[in-house]
Amino acid sequence: MKVSVFVSPKQGVLDPAGQATLGSLKSLGFDEVSDVRIGKYITLRLEGIDADQAEERVREMCERLLANPIIEDFRVEIER
Amino acid sequence: MAELYEELGLTADEYRDIVRILGREPNKVELGMYSLMWSEHCSYKSSKTVLAQLPTRASYVLQGPGENAGVIDIGGSLAVAFKMESHNHPSAVEPYQGAATGIGGIVRDIFTMGARPIACLDPLRFGDPASPRTRYLFGGVIAGIAGYGNCLGIPTVGGDIYFDPCYDENILVNVMCIGVMPKESLIRGQATGIGNAVVLLGNRTGRDGIGGASILASQEFDEKSQEKRPSVQVGDPFTEKLLIEACLELLERKLLVGLQDLGAAGISCACSETAARGGVGMRVYLEKVPLREEMEPFEIMISESQERMLAIVEPKHLDEVLGVCRRWGLNAVVIGEVVEGDALEIYWHGEKVVDVPASSLASGPVYDRPAERPEYLDEARAFDPSSLRHPEDCGETLLRLAGGANLSSRRMVWEQYDHMVQLNTVVYPGSDAAVLRIKGTSKALAVSCDGNSRYVYLDPYAGTQIAVAESARNVVASGGVPMAFTNCLNFGNPEKPGIFWQFREAVRGMADAARYLELPVVSGNVSFYNESFGAAIYPTPIVGMVGLIGNVANRTGIAFPDEGLLVVMLGETLDELGGSEYLWLLHGLTAGEPPRLDLRLEKGAQTVCIEGIRRGIIISAHDCSEGGAAIALLECCCAGGIGARLEVETELRPVSWLFSESQSRFVLTLRDEDLDAMRELAGSRGVPLRVLGRTGGDRLVINDWIDLEVREMNRVREEALEKLMRG
Amino acid sequence: MKFGVVVFPGSNCEMDCYHVIDKVLREEVDYVWHQETDVSRYDCLVLPGGFSYGDYLRCGAIARFSPVMEAVADYAREGGLVIGICNGFQILLEAGLLPGAMLRNTCLHFICRFVDLRVENASTPWTNAAAVGQVLRIPIAHNEGNYTADAETLRELREQGRIILRYCAPDGTVSEEANPNGAMDNIAGICNEGFNVFGLMPHPERASEALLGSTDGMVIWESIMAHYRGKG
Repeated sequence: MKVSVFVSPKQGVLDPAGQATLGSLKSLGFDEVSDVRIGKYITLRLEGIDADQAEERVREMCERLLANPIIEDFRVEIER
Repeated sequence: MAELYEELGLTADEYRDIVRILGREPNKVELGMYSLMWSEHCSYKSSKTVLAQLPTRASYVLQGPGENAGVIDIGGSLAVAFKMESHNHPSAVEPYQGAATGIGGIVRDIFTMGARPIACLDPLRFGDPASPRTRYLFGGVIAGIAGYGNCLGIPTVGGDIYFDPCYDENILVNVMCIGVMPKESLIRGQATGIGNAVVLLGNRTGRDGIGGASILASQEFDEKSQEKRPSVQVGDPFTEKLLIEACLELLERKLLVGLQDLGAAGISCACSETAARGGVGMRVYLEKVPLREEMEPFEIMISESQERMLAIVEPKHLDEVLGVCRRWGLNAVVIGEVVEGDALEIYWHGEKVVDVPASSLASGPVYDRPAERPEYLDEARAFDPSSLRHPEDCGETLLRLAGGANLSSRRMVWEQYDHMVQLNTVVYPGSDAAVLRIKGTSKALAVSCDGNSRYVYLDPYAGTQIAVAESARNVVASGGVPMAFTNCLNFGNPEKPGIFWQFREAVRGMADAARYLELPVVSGNVSFYNESFGAAIYPTPIVGMVGLIGNVANRTGIAFPDEGLLVVMLGETLDELGGSEYLWLLHGLTAGEPPRLDLRLEKGAQTVCIEGIRRGIIISAHDCSEGGAAIALLECCCAGGIGARLEVETELRPVSWLFSESQSRFVLTLRDEDLDAMRELAGSRGVPLRVLGRTGGDRLVINDWIDLEVREMNRVREEALEKLMRG
Repeated sequence: MKFGVVVFPGSNCEMDCYHVIDKVLREEVDYVWHQETDVSRYDCLVLPGGFSYGDYLRCGAIARFSPVMEAVADYAREGGLVIGICNGFQILLEAGLLPGAMLRNTCLHFICRFVDLRVENASTPWTNAAAVGQVLRIPIAHNEGNYTADAETLRELREQGRIILRYCAPDGTVSEEANPNGAMDNIAGICNEGFNVFGLMPHPERASEALLGSTDGMVIWESIMAHYRGKG
């Protein structure tokens, strides 16, 4: 089973890389861009576990290791 | 096979040689191995005969060229290993990873000798600073060096950066690493002891950098060519850090017979070189190599996956070796054994896929390439700078130079490098040489990298002599006695007679200067084919000099350290604007006769400076080079935040005195009471000495030529590079 | 006094800390391997700088799960002295032994240089040899030192005097220009509620010998030793 985890900076937390990229995009003429957030995209391959259990386990992985809840949000997608 | 060899870069003669050596046609795996091992990069086939003239011996040289790095004895049962290498082509393709893996490779060369790496220096050459591509490459290379070097905990303490359009398509990324070790820890990349185990340590093997032999892949796997395409090598500094610690522990516990890093040509190179050096054969079971992905035998043999080492281990120590690696969380697998004879035999699931004499891989063909003096030289050198209209305002000219791409402060670069970790950096980047103390002793090392390719372009022989002299002078200005050097020789295509002539002349100049100054060459690297669209870079030999400071208290900086000191110039200023930064930046020219180098005067000036520092007469010292006396004086002022008032008596025009790049000169400060002693010292060696004036105030005043505020000069030189690179 | 310097795979300042404690402070010191589970024999634990586990996921995120970190947490709970320098600070944050988190420097690159630090609280085990308002010149060397915390945490830190060091100008003025990395409130070092756990981005071990340009880091080491001796 393939699982995708998207980790992104929490709303309200400064994202220096995102801010710098926003500046660059604007200077290239992409005026329509109003915000950029740069996060991580993590793929996991799970074995011997069903999809419902997997969701819970991956959330736990995120809370404990893959994301830092103080500065990051995460979203989990499971390919069933 | 016969049609494949050409695509792999082998000539018909080379192919015939392989057939003669083997007594049969090589198979695909063997051909792939020969093509890499006999490539210019691995075999030095074009340069070997020329390099033979370099002096490599001295009583204190423990290991000269031919090993992973050179090693010198610095007394007190300590030794220093060092080497310089290029990673030009990978950095041009992918600047971050190219530069990063360049660090990884040279660092492995150093700890492979048994030394703990204590510093890196990075000579870099980029194209036109105004080009967006230059900025992209610059940003990537700096970030790659920082990303990899900082993670390893090896300080990056120096190097140099120059911009010139000749590097537009071919940037140069050279890296020097220095390590320190107890003399008894010196180990070589040798396989000995029949029956000893061949152990592969570190990262798993993937398809990294399978470039030269990609044709092999596409022949076999057309339908899958996407997947099999050669890929950029990616660095993993974390694993490298573990490798350093694990290997040094293995060596300290005397568990290894030999150690070799895997670089270009991967397992092929490491196995054949260690076997050849030890005069033995080797049997390797390729299926035991831990892989990241499914791979063919030839791919495993030539993969350039990073952060891997080959260790030769006695069977009785094997468990302990594997235990140490396990503790550091590293893969360690026995992949083969040392056998009698000379054969490198490779097996793949029981089938013998390679059977070649190891020494035949390690010692490739040797060429004596034709050389011919290139035509550009006469015209370029005939140019007379005195024919130019020179600017009226010397102060403004000085600020333009100080704020230009080549002479401005490099602080924005070296502050991105951890230059302090390991607690040895006594003199930071931005001085003439970096100074590194050696813990547990009163000694320190002074290290500098130099190479002005404009001089070499205009006169390969003299220009390369200057590179040797200047790097030694930088070491001297910091209080060190130059001991030995490494080099990285960056040139165009050696198959072109003009390029090969440049190379031959450059090496001859290096050899003559090294012999006169009594400095052995202990290691080095040649990088040819630095050309694009038929245009070569300026010939760029870079010298990495290592000197010893007997007592770290006797080190000198460039800064004017106090008010009221005498400022003196040691050496002679001549009308030598040819090949200067002034000529380039103000007039857009790389022409004229480059500065002359009188080796006798050079040696005299260096001796006087060393002696003056040792006797405590010289308080600060700065080498006078690119940008001339004016830039040297500006740098002394900016570094200390103290100005100077100087009266220069000269028959030269102001621009010539200020911006000529005459060699063998130092700007020194002294106390009044030491002037006589200094005069006598200089006189005894026949080196001219002139009092220029006195330090003090917040302005640099030179005759009625220059009158600038130190703060303003400093602002201009500190802000320049960041502004240029931001675009 | 006996120090323990914790070594994680990828630590790279452990030898520097060891050197200063051994050769400059002349105190007893051991390396503590990341797999050890008993740290009770030490009077102070040092979590050194570096790139533990390559800092590949997030700085300190993997190191905090090392077996030794459970022992460090127990040790801290019982009032033991724990100082985290640079990556050590990041690990303490990830482990929840100190509040807040680190973001990337606002300049988006690594910075290695001397900075000036204002001592904000001089009644701690870490700064008792200093005076409030004293300026220390100590180097930083990091990519992620941009400290952040929610408003509530920040208020607590301020009210309880747990902000120990702030980036400042050479004259002690705390200003935006003197902030090298974007850290909230110019925070360079903080303590836990019990003041026995201290995290700081600057490297005091790099400013402990005159030969290397500054001895201001000695203020921190001397405070630790004074605290220990006072207690003993």
